[in-house]
Amino acid sequence: MAILGRSQRRKATVEPVTLKILVAGGFGVGKTTLVGTVSEIKPLRTEEALTEAGRPVDDTAGVETKSTTTVAMDFGRITLREDLVLYLFGTPGQDRFWFLWDELAQGSLGAVVLADTRRLEDCFAAVDYFERRGIPFAVGVNCFDGAARYPEDMVRQALDLDEQVPVVLCDARDRESVKAVLVTVVRHAMARATAARERATS
Amino acid sequence: MTIDGNAGHGAPHWFDDDAGPVVRPYAMTRGRTTSEGQHRLDLIAVVVAEAAVDDREADHTLAPEHVDIVELCREAPQSVAELASELDLPIGVVRVLVGDLVAEELVHVTRPVPPAELPDESILRDVINGLRAL
Repeated sequence: MAILGRSQRRKATVEPVTLKILVAGGFGVGKTTLVGTVSEIKPLRTEEALTEAGRPVDDTAGVETKSTTTVAMDFGRITLREDLVLYLFGTPGQDRFWFLWDELAQGSLGAVVLADTRRLEDCFAAVDYFERRGIPFAVGVNCFDGAARYPEDMVRQALDLDEQVPVVLCDARDRESVKAVLVTVVRHAMARATAARERATS
Repeated sequence: MTIDGNAGHGAPHWFDDDAGPVVRPYAMTRGRTTSEGQHRLDLIAVVVAEAAVDDREADHTLAPEHVDIVELCREAPQSVAELASELDLPIGVVRVLVGDLVAEELVHVTRPVPPAELPDESILRDVINGLRAL
């Protein structure tokens, strides 16, 4: 390479460290909204209107106002520093796109599982997925207008979560709220890493 | 074009984009779905243009999509996911094309923190502080 002189940079480009956090949860729970709320770019996505063919599969009971679903992944970017960039990836909402998950999950810092108390069972699969793979996650209970509010403990019980797993009430449309959820995930990841390190050295 | 091939009977069903891309995605990679000697590029792997590649754009072995990638990365390093989105190409296609460019030494790729290694505690702390400061 050096022979061709290509290893010399024309200018010092900053090569950022990149990290990713996944945003998972059932169909129509607000993943795309959450990503859009904090992303500095318009979330990049492939979102297609539900077609007649898709309708029997995409059960919108309880969320009838939702007319489109994300069939590919959508993602956003947060530049924390010139050399530190965080990407948020919304996982595909339907079970038939699970094959994309492993690819997304690899190397992720952690995950947010968004839950809707009207259809809590929709996030069971995501909780299960991250538990099995040992990926640190926090549950964000998206407080929809018109949905009953439940205390964090009730949600924790209903999801049968480990006591270390943080559960936070949030509003996917609110920037401060989403920031708080992300901070919760990273802190949880950090605590887990510290615990793992201590186990390894003791 | 009609679904049943019954031309002239009723209106055509598909117009323009509805009919799908004119060129099937993997035609751009000449049918390849992986590139040689490349392990799978992560979605957040960052592609950085090498310097001194100006003359190479005239290289006729490069497809227009290759040139697009180099140009985008020259403006600023881009993640694989961003390139795919920007160029409206499937991730798999971008992986192959980036693999070609790495082989040609037109770009290099920085890898994200490997999954087995937890990111440094100081990086996590930076992330938390960065998020709070948003």
